Amino acid sequence: MAEFTMPSLGADMEEGTLVEWLVSPGETVTKGDVVAVVETAKSTIEVECFDSGTISALLVEPGTTVPVGTPMASIDSAVAPPARPAAKQPVTPAPAPPPDLQPVPGRPLTRTERAVSTPLVRHLAEEKGIDLSTVHGSGRGGRITRSDVEHAPTEPPPRLRASPLARRLAQSMGVDLGGLRGTGRNGTIRADDVRAAAVDHLPREAEPREPVEKPVLASPAESAPGARAAIAALMTRAKREIPHYYLSTKVDLAAAMAWMRDQNTGRPVAQRLVPVALLLKAVALAARQVPELNGHWKDDAFVPANGVRLGIAVSLRGGGLTAPALADADTMPLPELMAALRDLVSRARGGRLRASETTDPTLTVTNLGDQGVEAVFGVIYPPQVALVGLGRVIEQPVAVNGMLTVHPTVTATLSADHRASDGATGARFLTAIERLLQRPEDL
Amino acid sequence: MSTRRSSAGAPPPTTYREALREGLREAMHEDERVFLMGEDVGNYGGCFGVSLGLLEEFGPERIRDTPLSESGFVGAGIGAALGGMRPVVEIMTVNFSLLAMDQILNNAATLLHMSGGQLGVPVVIRMTTGAGRQLGAQHSHSLEGWYAHIPGIRVLAPATVDDARHMLAAALADPDPVLIFEHGSLYNAEGVLDGTIEAVDLDTAAVRRPGTDVSVITYGGSLPKAMAAADVLAGEGISAEVVDLRTLRPLDDATIMASVCRTHRAVIIDEAWRSGSLAAEISSRITEQAFYELDAPVERVCSAEVPIPYARQLEEAALPQVATIADAVRRTVS
Amino acid sequence: MNRDAALELIKEVLADVVPGADPTALSPEENFRDTLEMDSLDFLNLVEALSGRTGLPLPEADYPSLNTLNGCADYIASHTSPA
Repeated sequence: MAEFTMPSLGADMEEGTLVEWLVSPGETVTKGDVVAVVETAKSTIEVECFDSGTISALLVEPGTTVPVGTPMASIDSAVAPPARPAAKQPVTPAPAPPPDLQPVPGRPLTRTERAVSTPLVRHLAEEKGIDLSTVHGSGRGGRITRSDVEHAPTEPPPRLRASPLARRLAQSMGVDLGGLRGTGRNGTIRADDVRAAAVDHLPREAEPREPVEKPVLASPAESAPGARAAIAALMTRAKREIPHYYLSTKVDLAAAMAWMRDQNTGRPVAQRLVPVALLLKAVALAARQVPELNGHWKDDAFVPANGVRLGIAVSLRGGGLTAPALADADTMPLPELMAALRDLVSRARGGRLRASETTDPTLTVTNLGDQGVEAVFGVIYPPQVALVGLGRVIEQPVAVNGMLTVHPTVTATLSADHRASDGATGARFLTAIERLLQRPEDL
Repeated sequence: MSTRRSSAGAPPPTTYREALREGLREAMHEDERVFLMGEDVGNYGGCFGVSLGLLEEFGPERIRDTPLSESGFVGAGIGAALGGMRPVVEIMTVNFSLLAMDQILNNAATLLHMSGGQLGVPVVIRMTTGAGRQLGAQHSHSLEGWYAHIPGIRVLAPATVDDARHMLAAALADPDPVLIFEHGSLYNAEGVLDGTIEAVDLDTAAVRRPGTDVSVITYGGSLPKAMAAADVLAGEGISAEVVDLRTLRPLDDATIMASVCRTHRAVIIDEAWRSGSLAAEISSRITEQAFYELDAPVERVCSAEVPIPYARQLEEAALPQVATIADAVRRTVS
Repeated sequence: MNRDAALELIKEVLADVVPGADPTALSPEENFRDTLEMDSLDFLNLVEALSGRTGLPLPEADYPSLNTLNGCADYIASHTSPA
C-alpha cells in the first residue's frame, strides 16, 4: 500500500489546496498519471502519482488545504498493471520534486484537457456568472486557475451599439441587428444601416413588376428639398460674392491614355486606372505649382492652403451633389489615389462620408465628362478661390508637327476668383495641367 | 428721434434696437397704463440706447429713471402691476437682475398662486443677457435658464427684428409676469421687418431654416451663429434645420420634437454653461419624448464653464462659435 | 454560361452597381452607360463585379463591347464555356 501525499511543488511551498481529484476509488493508476489538481500560492498544478496500483481511498476532500507531505490518497500497489511505456513521450520535469522522489515523465496536455477546468474554478465561475471559455488560463498548459476567474471581468460582452431609431426600425423591419456592421462613430449601427440591410433582405420576387413606363433611373425630384436648398444657398452666395473669370484649354491626352492602357493591361479590374484619376493627379500637382489657386478667401484676403485637398464634385443619384475632400492628392501615388477616389465616391453616394472628408477642400474639381459634355464652367465653392472643370475625353483632330492626326483630348477649364488671382495665374495653372499630362509616367 | 417707416419703396433695414424701441413706442401709445422704468432709461436713453428719445416723446411720468437698486425698482414695478398699471421694467443686465431675484421669484412668480388667483402681476421685465462684447464677467453671463426654471413667469428671448418689434405687445397682454431677454450682441443686428406681421405669439418656437439631417436648436444671441454654421454645413452637403426657441418658458416641445422626428439628430446651442442648463433640459426632453427617433446622441454646444473672460480671444474661445457649432453637427451626422 | 444566364447576371450586377436603376426597363441595344448616367468609376465597378462573377479578365480593350445588355450578354456567353 502506497500513499499519495501533497507534493512540494517549490522550495517555498508549505501547503497546497486540493482543487480536484482526477481519479476515483477503484480506478487503476500508473506511475506518472495525473491524478489531482493542486493549487499553490502561485499557480494551479496537475500532480502525477509516483506509484502504480489501484486507488483504494481518497483521504482529502477537494477545497481542503493541507501541509506538504499530508497523505491524500492510498494506492493499493498489489494489483499494479504493467507499466505504461513512457519513453516515447516527451519529458516534462515536474517542478522541484521532493528529493526522495524520482522525477516522472509527464505529458503535454491535450486540447480537451486544456478546456477542462476544476470544479472549484467552475463553481467560482458559475457564482460570478463568468463564461469560462472566455477566460484566459494562466496555469500550466493554459489551465484556468482560481485567480484567473477572480480577476476575470464580470461585465457581459459589450452591448451592441445601435441608435434608438436603428433599434426601433430593426424591430419593425425584422432586421437582426447582430448581423449588421455599423457605419456610425465607434461602429454604431444607425438607421441608414438598418434600412440598407432591410433593402438587401427584400426578396426580389416580392417586388411587384412595374409597367415599362417606369423610369430607368430614380427621378431627381425624390432628393431631399433641404439639400437642394443648401446647394441653392451656396451657389447663390458664390455668384453674388465671387467675381468669376473663366479660362479653357484643350489637353492632348494621347500620351496619358497610351500610358494608362499600358498600365492597365494584365491588371485585375480592381487595380485598373481610369482617366479621371490621371486628370485629378495632374490638377493636384498643378495646384501645388500654382499655389495662388489652392486655398481660401477669408476676411478679404487670400489664405493659401498647406496641402492640396481636392474637392471632388460627386453627383448624387437622387439628384444634387456633394464635394468631399480627397486629401494629399498631390503627394499620393497614382494607384493609391485611384483606390482613394473609388472609395470616396462610393461612400459619398452611399451617404457614408467621414467628417474629415466633408471639411475644407482647397480646390474643387468637377468632372461632367462622363455625362458626355465637352466642357464645364463651374461655380466656385466659397471660400475656395477656384474650380477646375473636366469634360469628356473625346477623339479629336489635332495638329502634330504639321500633320493632322486624331488624338484623345479633354477640355480643362478653370473658374477662378478674380479677387484672389488674375488671368495670367489661371493660365499658368491650366498650362501646368497640360504639361503634366504629357508625362504621365511622372504623375 | 426714431425713424418713421417711409411709405415709399422697399422698407429700409431696422436694427434690433430700433425694433425694440418701436415696440415700446407702440405700447406707450396704445395703452396709457404702460410706462418704462429703469436705470438711465430717461435722460441717458437706456444703457444700450433702446429708449433713446422716449423721454422727450412721453415725458418723465412715463419714462422714469430709477436709483441703482434693482430690488427696489423691480419691486415697485410689481407693485404698480398689482395696482393696475402695465409697467415695463428695464434691468441693465441679467447679472444685476440677481439683486431683484427675490422680487421676481418670491413675489412676481408666486402672488397669483398664493392669493388664490386674486392677485395677477402683469409686469414686463426686460434685460440684456449674454457675452461677446468684452464687457467682463459681471456683464456677460447668460442666466435666462435660471429664470426659465421658475413656474409662474414667462421667459422670452427675441432673436430677430420681428420678434424684437412685436414680442413686447404680446408680453404686455399676458396677465402674468413676463421676462424678456435681449442678447447684447443683437442690438446692432439689422433686419428688414416683415410688414405683414402685426403680432406674434409667445407659445411657439420657429423653424428659421428648414433642413433634413440635423436639428440645431437654439435661441437669442446664438441664433445668428447657428444660421451661419448651417450655411457652412450646407456647403458640405449637410442640411441643418435651425429651430429658434423664442420662448424659453414654457418650452414649445411640439416644435422641437417635430423637428427631431424629421432629422433624427439634435444639436443644442446655448450660450449658458452646460451644467444644469436649458440645453440640459431640452436634451432631456428629447430623450424623454423622442428617444426612439434618435439616430445619434444629442450634442450640446455651450459656453466654457468659467466666468466669461474679458480678453477678446479668451472670450471668443469660451463661447459657442460658428466653427464649434459646425463641428458638433459634423460629429452628430458622422 | 449561356446567353440567358449572362443577361440575367448583367442585370443583377447593374442593379447592384447603380442603386435606383431598373435594368429590366433597359432595351437590349441601349447604351446603359448613358441611360443610367454611369461615370467611369461606376463602369469600373460594373466591370469589376462582372469579372468577379464570371472569372473573365475583361481587359480594357474590350470595354466598348460592354455598353449594352446585348453586348455584355454576347461577350460573356462567347468567352465562357457553355454551362
